[in-house]
Amino acid sequence: MSAAGVNPTIPFRDRARRALQDQTLQQAMNKAQGGFVDKRREAMAQLPEFDDIRDAARDIKDHVLSNLDSYLELYEQKVQENGGQVHWARTTEEACQIITAICREAGAELVAKGKSMVSEEMGLTGALEAAGLKVVETDLGEYIVQLAGETPSHIIAPAVHKTREQITELFHKHHAKLGYSERVTEREAIVNEARNVLREVFITADVGITGANFLVAETGANVIVTNEGNGDLTSCLPRVQIAVAGIERVIPSLDDLSTLLRVLARSATGQEITAYTTMYAGPRHKDDGEGPAEYHVVLLDNGRSAMLGGAYRPMLRCIRCGACMNHCPVYLAIGGHAYGWVYPGPMGSVLTPLLTGFERAVDLPNACTLNGRCKAVCPVRIPLSDLLLEHRFEQHRRGLTSAVGRLLIRAWAWLARRPRLYHGVMVIPLWLMHRLGRKAGALRWLPLAGGWTGSRDFPVPAGQSFQAQWRATQKRR
Amino acid sequence: MGKSRTGCYSLPHNNQNVSRMTETTKTSAVPVQVGLFVTCLADLVRPKVAFAAVRLLEQAGCTVTVPQAQTCCGQPALNSGDQASTERIAQGVIRAFADFDYVVAPSGSCTGTLRHKYPELFRQDLKWATRARALADKTFELTRFLVEVMKIEQVNASYAGTCTYHDSCAGLREMNVHEQPRRLLQGVTGLTLTEMVDANVCCGFGGLFSVKYPDISVRMVSDKCANVASSGADTLLGGDLGCLLNIAGRLRREGAPVKVLHVAEVLAGMADGPAIGEPESDS
Repeated sequence: MSAAGVNPTIPFRDRARRALQDQTLQQAMNKAQGGFVDKRREAMAQLPEFDDIRDAARDIKDHVLSNLDSYLELYEQKVQENGGQVHWARTTEEACQIITAICREAGAELVAKGKSMVSEEMGLTGALEAAGLKVVETDLGEYIVQLAGETPSHIIAPAVHKTREQITELFHKHHAKLGYSERVTEREAIVNEARNVLREVFITADVGITGANFLVAETGANVIVTNEGNGDLTSCLPRVQIAVAGIERVIPSLDDLSTLLRVLARSATGQEITAYTTMYAGPRHKDDGEGPAEYHVVLLDNGRSAMLGGAYRPMLRCIRCGACMNHCPVYLAIGGHAYGWVYPGPMGSVLTPLLTGFERAVDLPNACTLNGRCKAVCPVRIPLSDLLLEHRFEQHRRGLTSAVGRLLIRAWAWLARRPRLYHGVMVIPLWLMHRLGRKAGALRWLPLAGGWTGSRDFPVPAGQSFQAQWRATQKRR
Repeated sequence: MGKSRTGCYSLPHNNQNVSRMTETTKTSAVPVQVGLFVTCLADLVRPKVAFAAVRLLEQAGCTVTVPQAQTCCGQPALNSGDQASTERIAQGVIRAFADFDYVVAPSGSCTGTLRHKYPELFRQDLKWATRARALADKTFELTRFLVEVMKIEQVNASYAGTCTYHDSCAGLREMNVHEQPRRLLQGVTGLTLTEMVDANVCCGFGGLFSVKYPDISVRMVSDKCANVASSGADTLLGGDLGCLLNIAGRLRREGAPVKVLHVAEVLAGMADGPAIGEPESDS
């Protein structure tokens, strides 16, 4: 996988440990924590029928997935009628080649880019830069991350892992040469400085690339929702407009769009609707005063069609709102980069093994307590924690888990199916643990459980199992 | 074992409770037959929780049977992805509990497995799917069973302390347990209930997760302990021993003076004696 940010050489556990020890990261994550959750909760409270809309949203996406081929063809036909072109990419490499070729043909030098997770999946920026193009991210968070030479750590808040102090220093380092000699520390001043720098990019860029939140089959429009308006300037001003999207972004109609928009912003940021929601359907027409001369849509498969027929199909309903990670205690503890690839949090732990290979992301489905909070908040009711469990079954079938672990579990399960033997075997360990720990009430060390006792005591068992005691009381009765 | 039988809890003999039990049994024509799913953690680590469950169920007028042919619901195998082993354990549980009106456990996690995971396991096997479905439909977490099935409004217990309740994830999200334990706790004499911040956020236990990913797990349980501390409660209650052992273990290591008890112990009036992770007194 060519996408930036994948670092298979550092194991997940080490990335997680580093993240937990990174005081600056922890400070940034603590600040972010709760904000999204509270805002979503407030938005829910104001819309009592929210759960019904979630059902409708799920049904729309399920209907699309059952008729994906037809809707994609209809969508392509509409785009063509509008004067645009649709390009089909089976892999991320193909997608990068297609986009590079469009840029070359346009004689482009500067590319303005809106926020797009699928472009991160493609490793698009790297590919374009390798082809000699200058690429500037125009979403504030993405821009910060680009200046830092990093990748997004959240799908809707790419720089959530950065503190304001870090951003001040980044801007000072990169903007001083552009004439911004003062350090900007206040939120508004930071935004204004980015706005001024980026305005120049919007005006001079030859190509504008954005993602697409939805592709509307009945009109051939791509829809982007943003709060900064950068996506609109990126789409409108450059001569060539390119939208990139996964094939599962297509939806049937504008009615469906209104349903999905009602759950998207509320789930993501707690807003009723984002500041900007724009539909783009093709290049500038003959009588239009302005707008791009060329309009391209690049549709990426990259493993998605293979998910259609199997257990992970519900994952294709995902509308990329980020609610699952906002509510995930593991994500909030370790941040997005620890996940090692483009998509973090619960949705990432389901998607990454499917898109990059099961054997390349063995930890992700396991680094989860299956607490189900992600599943509970998903606007399109993806059973995320169930899919993570499905991944564990898959790993077991494929022999990707440790042989010793599998053997221990099988041995335990063998014993657990033999209650008399099981209780017989437990007598001595229980008695021993009780003897050793009853004075203190808890054990500070246990064999094979260093992971537990490293930072926790283990409350001492009672010494005799309930079943043994129960049998004794029944005799006395 | 010496004659003191330290650590063993005999069935409580509370005359009031016994008389009430008999009355209830007399009035209802056929007492509800409950099979107690003990749970492996109550069985091995904290038998008192299962005794408390028996007492509460009997007070509510149920006839309680404890099938000997039970050990664990199979979650360690299930959550490790070992479907074949889980299926075999599940078949044992389904057989052992087939004949009861209800299956009740002092755990949201284990009942969540019986209720939601077993039918999923056998979705390709019609015969076992039917049996799993039948088990699932009659399986309840203890406090929910008491409140919603047995219509218990008031328990006969007292506890001197300020308690906060941790919602275990499976209890809350798989078994819809939230109001029921709180409602029963309201009726405990002398008990004050206070809510902590993020009571419904995972404590970081997650079964083998706690051992496989200790760094993340400890961070999560430390957050939980901080929330317990800032609630001002002197006692943490919950409905799942997995969470409680985890939180108690961390509180102990931090040296925090908070008692940890299963909610059933308090509701059954069995909260005396050492709390989870506390030393036994010499007397």
